[in-house]
Amino acid sequence: MSSLVGKSLTAGYGGADIINNISLIINEGEIAVIVGPNGAGKSTVMKSLLGMLSLTEGTVFFSNKEITKMLPQDRVKLGIAFVPQNQNVFTGMTVEENLEMGGFLRQDNIFETIEEIYHLFPVLKEKRHQHVGELSGGQRQQVAFGRALMTKPKILMLDEPTAGVSPIVMDELFSRIIEVGKTGVGILMVEQNAKQALAIADRGYVLVNGKNNREGTGKDLLNNPEVRKSFLGG
Amino acid sequence: MITSKRTEILSILIMSLLLLFVGFMQSWSLSFSILNMCIISAIMSMGINMQWGYAGIFNVGIMGFTALGGLAAVLVSHAPINEAWSAGGMGIMISFLVIVLISLIVYWVNKRFKTNKKKYWIITLVIIIGLILVKLVYHPSVEAIEAVNPTLTGFLGGMGLPIIFSWIVGGLFAAGVAFAIGKITLGLRSDYLAIATLGISEIIIAVLKSEEWLARGVKNVVGLKRPVPYEINLQQTEWFISAVQYFNQSYLLDIVDKLEYEKVLNQLVIESSIIFVKICYAVLFFIVLLTILYLANKAQVSPWGRMMRAIRDNEVSANAMGKDVVRRHLQVFVIGSGVVGIAGAMLITLDSIFTPVSFQPLRYTFLIWIMVIVGGSGNNLGAILGGFIIWFAWIEAAPASQFVINILTSGLEDNNTFKIHLLNSIPYFRYLIMGTILLLIMRYRPKGILPEKIRYS
Amino acid sequence: MIDIFNAIVLLTNFIFIPAITYGSQLALGALGITFIYGILRFANFSHGEFMSFGAMSCILVTWFFQSNNINLGYLPTALLALPFAILSTIILSLLFNKFVFSYYRIQRSAPVVIAMASIGVMFVINAIIRIVIGPNDIKFFDGQKFIIKAKQFKNMTGLSEGLALKSTQVITVFITIFLLFLVFWFLQKTKTGKSMRAFSDNEDLALLSGINPSKVVFITWLIVGTLACVAGTLYGLDKGYKPFTYLGLVLPIFAAAIVGGIGNPIGAVVGGYTIAFSEIMITYAYKKFFKYLLPESLEPTGMIQLLSTDYKFAVSFTILVIVLLVRPSGIFKGRTL
Repeated sequence: MSSLVGKSLTAGYGGADIINNISLIINEGEIAVIVGPNGAGKSTVMKSLLGMLSLTEGTVFFSNKEITKMLPQDRVKLGIAFVPQNQNVFTGMTVEENLEMGGFLRQDNIFETIEEIYHLFPVLKEKRHQHVGELSGGQRQQVAFGRALMTKPKILMLDEPTAGVSPIVMDELFSRIIEVGKTGVGILMVEQNAKQALAIADRGYVLVNGKNNREGTGKDLLNNPEVRKSFLGG
Repeated sequence: MITSKRTEILSILIMSLLLLFVGFMQSWSLSFSILNMCIISAIMSMGINMQWGYAGIFNVGIMGFTALGGLAAVLVSHAPINEAWSAGGMGIMISFLVIVLISLIVYWVNKRFKTNKKKYWIITLVIIIGLILVKLVYHPSVEAIEAVNPTLTGFLGGMGLPIIFSWIVGGLFAAGVAFAIGKITLGLRSDYLAIATLGISEIIIAVLKSEEWLARGVKNVVGLKRPVPYEINLQQTEWFISAVQYFNQSYLLDIVDKLEYEKVLNQLVIESSIIFVKICYAVLFFIVLLTILYLANKAQVSPWGRMMRAIRDNEVSANAMGKDVVRRHLQVFVIGSGVVGIAGAMLITLDSIFTPVSFQPLRYTFLIWIMVIVGGSGNNLGAILGGFIIWFAWIEAAPASQFVINILTSGLEDNNTFKIHLLNSIPYFRYLIMGTILLLIMRYRPKGILPEKIRYS
Repeated sequence: MIDIFNAIVLLTNFIFIPAITYGSQLALGALGITFIYGILRFANFSHGEFMSFGAMSCILVTWFFQSNNINLGYLPTALLALPFAILSTIILSLLFNKFVFSYYRIQRSAPVVIAMASIGVMFVINAIIRIVIGPNDIKFFDGQKFIIKAKQFKNMTGLSEGLALKSTQVITVFITIFLLFLVFWFLQKTKTGKSMRAFSDNEDLALLSGINPSKVVFITWLIVGTLACVAGTLYGLDKGYKPFTYLGLVLPIFAAAIVGGIGNPIGAVVGGYTIAFSEIMITYAYKKFFKYLLPESLEPTGMIQLLSTDYKFAVSFTILVIVLLVRPSGIFKGRTL
């Protein structure tokens, strides 16, 4: 079974450490959620797991193999996919081309996977030949999601997948995320909508000021009065 | 920044030594020629440095602003040609007024109908009608003017004022045109602005080449009056001859023979007069250079200069802070272009001849850019140093490459075609050297020889 | 009636055919600019010199063939030399990429800084060309010059207006169509082409998808070198090779690319033809045209020329400014391939 493990991660931009001594684990088939106030370093954790910024301390393991020094592209090849929060699609290309680009590294037949993704997101099949720039925010988010799934990842990292979409679309996206999780992909998610995210999470991490504040199952955290008070609005 | 101070002094020292070296090894006349052009180049690069170094404006139209300064030199100093004025002056004036009128109307329409799409049609219509009107008066007048003594004049002439005034007028010309261009293009992205300025400069040169009534076009204007004495007059002036005698006392005293003495003295007077004229120019140019340097440094440390840097370093946040970025850019664009215009007028003053065809972008635009980058963008003294070094290299590139080629091909026969080909290509090695200098500096000393001083204030 | 035909032939001969030819040359040049802008994200001022270098290489190879009596009969020998010229232009491009441009790309320098470096490259190539082949005009066209001569046309149709069709014009158009087809097919249909569009669209996401940036850059220079060489050669073949004219081409080429929407290949092509047609239509003297169409009493006395040919730069420039003011992103939205 594959898992992505970060051990005592410490990293930041230009000298100042944004995250400090953070440890977390994502197993295949599990949904893990990082919640926390703005500026807690949630996205930074993801970027450091992917190698988009170098660690000052700590190690990253993938399926018990150390990958701390590996380039982001090579981690993608191993099966770690990432959906950034912004600019996560190729706006000038069609939906289908976006998916094809997602499967750029694969040598096998990618069209089966494309069909699977269309099955998951039926609206994309309808719009397969439209430019992504013309789609709505929620649809774009689905394209971004689909592009990442094209790599057939073992671990999928989503940076605020529901930022800026309407509540209805949000619910829809969450149910898709659960569906993807059921297929055996491990999902790590950073979310502003902590309540909903923790409700579907197998594992939750609360981040405050770049430090591990608390961790546990989604339910535990949801029911924890302190967490409720500080992040979930009572 | 202690090292920077030392580099400054060292750089200036090296430049002086280079000029002295040329003086001793080649000739003093050449050394002063180089010095004069160095000063002009330095002023140009200071002007561009204001735009690029203070504000990050990428202006590739230097050639055009230089030529406008040159035009000012002609229009200020040349004697007016009354015959041409009476033949077609009126028509030109009317055309000019019509053009001004069109511009005003277009401006007004543009303001009045802010977002209305129809305004473009109205503007187009106004311009077409205006152009037809202009064509009706303009062409006959132009023909009349150009018919007046075409071999010698055939243009309106100038104002007949001392040429030194043209330095101011040239600056104003360039600044005026820069204002008009800036109004239109400064809102654009930097690379678009570059192409726009490149276009403007080509158009300015095209106008100067083909509008013969203005400054004789490709027929050139020669024999512009000088702000300094003429050699031939100096050679007959009492005080000058005695001064030459005085300075060469020790050398002249050894000559006993009267005839020989006269001959040597005569030769010395001729040589000295040439150098003296160049020194006169150099003194005038230096005054301009130092004035502009003083003002530029003052401006740079003023609140205005700080704001310019703030805008350059972070346009978005400056915009957010309520600084009117486009307006500031317009100011610095106009001022910098004006400085280039001044240098252009000085250049034509030094040459006493105005030849529109000689304006080539490689020499008058891109070479100046190399000066700015090499010298150190954002640093006024750096810009001056860049002007000096690059002009020096530009001039000495040919003899230097000849020297190198001769050494490298010394094993070959004199009639070897390869050797002959290389020797014939010597003038082009300067482009190679310039390009290489630019690339090397950009790579290994990206902030230039004298980097911008960062003031924490 | 016959006068109308004469008028049409006149315009075809002096506006349509030259503009299509010139437009094709500009389109190829602008496409090169747009590729560099879209992928490498800077304005390449040295593009004119790349074109000139391509033409020069073609001339050198042509001379070699000519001295060995190798030719293509009716067609110019230059066509045979073209592949070799393309190869040498690509090599030059890759060398400058390796020693100059890649450094700034990896440093993630500001576009304007890379544009500045391209000025240095411009000086260097400019010098290389003049040192190798000199600054003088060179005609390297051989083979049959005309496909239709004006006189033949007159005899054939009985019209008083002649129509001349030079073989260089036909060659230019055919090669342009072929190359454009190839480029667009590559970008739209192949995996590599799509990955280039993706890279141009969103560099970071392209990296996350495993697209190899150095391969994309390499292919970009391959395409740019080819386009520049062909554009330069066709221009030189058509109008005679003059090294200094290529610096002057930078302005209309950039105007074409920007007008169409810089970074957009279709825009570059449309922009190229827009600039060419405007330039030629505005600087053409319509006196004869109206003579055919208007009754004698209304015949014009002047040249009916909107702008003298000295001001052709003004045309590119004016179109550029108008488009930028009215629609800042160009006719087609720019930035991505």
